[in-house]
Amino acid sequence: MAVDMTQKPILVVKDLNVHYDTGKGPAKAVNDVSFSLRPGERLGLIGESGSGKTTMATALMRLTRAPGRIVSGSVELDGQDLLKLSDKDLREVRLRDIALMPQGAMSSLNPVMRLEEQMIDAIVAHVPNLKRPELDARVQQLLKQVGLEPEVARRYPHELSGGMKQRAAMAIATSLSPKVIVADEPTSALDVVVQRQVMQTLGRLQDGLGAAVVLIGHDMGLIAQFADTVGVMYAGKIVEIGPVRQMIEAPKHPYTKLLVESLPGIEVKQALVGIPGLPPPLVNLPTGCSFNPRCPFAFDRCRSETPQLQEVVPSQFAACHLYPDHKELPPLPARATRELHA
Amino acid sequence: MSALIEAKGVTKRYGSFTALDDVTLTLSDSEPSMTAVAGESGSGKTTLARMMLGFIDPTEGSVEYRGKDVATMSASEKRAFRREVQPVFQDPFEVFNPFYRIDNVLTTPVKRFRLADTDAKAQALIEDALKRVGLRPQDTLGRFPHELSGGQRQRVMVARAVLLRPKLIVADEPVSMVDASLRATILDELRTLNRELGISIVYITHDLTTAFQICDNIVVLYRGSVAEAGAVEQVIGRPKHPYSQLLVSSIPLPDLSKAWGADEIPVTEANAARTNNGCKFAPRCPHVMDQCWQAPPPKYMPDAQRLATCFLYRDAPVSPDADVASVFRPPQAAPVS
Repeated sequence: MAVDMTQKPILVVKDLNVHYDTGKGPAKAVNDVSFSLRPGERLGLIGESGSGKTTMATALMRLTRAPGRIVSGSVELDGQDLLKLSDKDLREVRLRDIALMPQGAMSSLNPVMRLEEQMIDAIVAHVPNLKRPELDARVQQLLKQVGLEPEVARRYPHELSGGMKQRAAMAIATSLSPKVIVADEPTSALDVVVQRQVMQTLGRLQDGLGAAVVLIGHDMGLIAQFADTVGVMYAGKIVEIGPVRQMIEAPKHPYTKLLVESLPGIEVKQALVGIPGLPPPLVNLPTGCSFNPRCPFAFDRCRSETPQLQEVVPSQFAACHLYPDHKELPPLPARATRELHA
Repeated sequence: MSALIEAKGVTKRYGSFTALDDVTLTLSDSEPSMTAVAGESGSGKTTLARMMLGFIDPTEGSVEYRGKDVATMSASEKRAFRREVQPVFQDPFEVFNPFYRIDNVLTTPVKRFRLADTDAKAQALIEDALKRVGLRPQDTLGRFPHELSGGQRQRVMVARAVLLRPKLIVADEPVSMVDASLRATILDELRTLNRELGISIVYITHDLTTAFQICDNIVVLYRGSVAEAGAVEQVIGRPKHPYSQLLVSSIPLPDLSKAWGADEIPVTEANAARTNNGCKFAPRCPHVMDQCWQAPPPKYMPDAQRLATCFLYRDAPVSPDADVASVFRPPQAAPVS
């Protein structure tokens, strides 16, 4: 599916900062993040636990709750800054223009309501004057689109399998044909076959709606299968972003490279190598580049100056001081096979 | 070859639900092995793991450790079994008591099994075990569980198992809750334990990629029955059972030449629950034939190091042995790193 690159972006995130207030000072879970998305585009944001990816998803919906707070920046949806909307306007925009497919649909559905009532509630909140037969027809159509049988409408969430619940959440998220769908680890609890089915259904729905998708996850393989554009998050920042093929075949940021290398395939047996060390605590980020303590290429400048995203090759941006002096990422130095970790 | 542990025709029923259906798996004690047990939720893989650990008894069949039935062992035999067969669980958060320091999970087994007669020896044992899983003792001991990351906590659990110098570790999804960058390191450590300390490992997983990388052989379960078993190069590299083929083709590989493709595979979760007298995979199978509904397929051997319970291979010989390990290949030497 091709994205029309001449279209103007539907979602523009600029200098977004989200902090969690802690006893030790603010944890910068989203730290000066900017990106944009065109209609029909699929952006995959990948990060490890604590990289700020779920905080990012909730901030895009302006669902950030205390102790988290959106400190600064803007989230412009079709030219309208969600962070400046009144609560009433925001409620209208959510679901209608930007919808969330949450992590673990198990807990996002109301356990004491039949599925159809939950779907109708969501629709009626935005389109109040629909009659019951119209609503029922709409529910049936939505269920069909996500591959569920009509009788599922009468079921309670506990009567659905994990994959069916995720499909139900997808039916709700697409019920008002949103322009942007934020999918936060939508398949993390599912088996591989079900995961593939759910992601393929999401892709088909999105193509039909012409919506943009932000897929948030930790699985590089899944993101690679789905996304057109991949953004890699580390310690609250996007450290590299670019077209999926370039990101996997020729990553520019050392972290992206190490992440790709830590994924084994099923062709040849190889040494399994993780990334030594741990992500830094968000309340106490290292000065300079947050990745410098784990980076095999770190030099003095990395420890003093925070690198900004720069275009290393066309449409691929990396926040790394190796550039522009280097054209490509140098080969990784050979690593000791066994290292002790803190 | 004598057996370290044997699951002999084990079946587990919960009411009318059959979680595991007549599985026979023998692990030899002549060579330390790494065996994967894979399948989706509800395939029976955790049930098999819990039986091998002696946590639950089979409804039919038996689990024998060094020739002794685990269900009817004497107290002293049970004690040896509990020491020599160690679990590593999925969730590195729930296994710790948050009020105790990390040291507690390490000193308890030392005391319980009287591994050391002095405090200094106990300390040395614990430090050695931590170092073997890549942890620095001075940075780990004395801390509370919440002060360690998920990956570190999981390593402490592996260290606890190593401390007892077990013959077998049964690891149930040990890395599914650990970040990708740390996953590789922990699995590599399991493999190192297998090679350096001669510990056999049963790796329960839904992740065929890591199973391929660290294991010698694999058993793929579907709804409690063995779908395919054999050398990982065969079963994952060139799957023959339609279920293994579906599993392998659904792995989201970070390789754009292996894209899933645009074709949606049909959603048959609901129909698949339908019981029939034949092959359990028949309701989902793209190659289903009339024969598949009549009787369950036997264990055909389409290759020397593989069996597939599927009528597509009815021209191949039927395995003469109920034991799925009869087609396993011997463990291989370490690949060059």
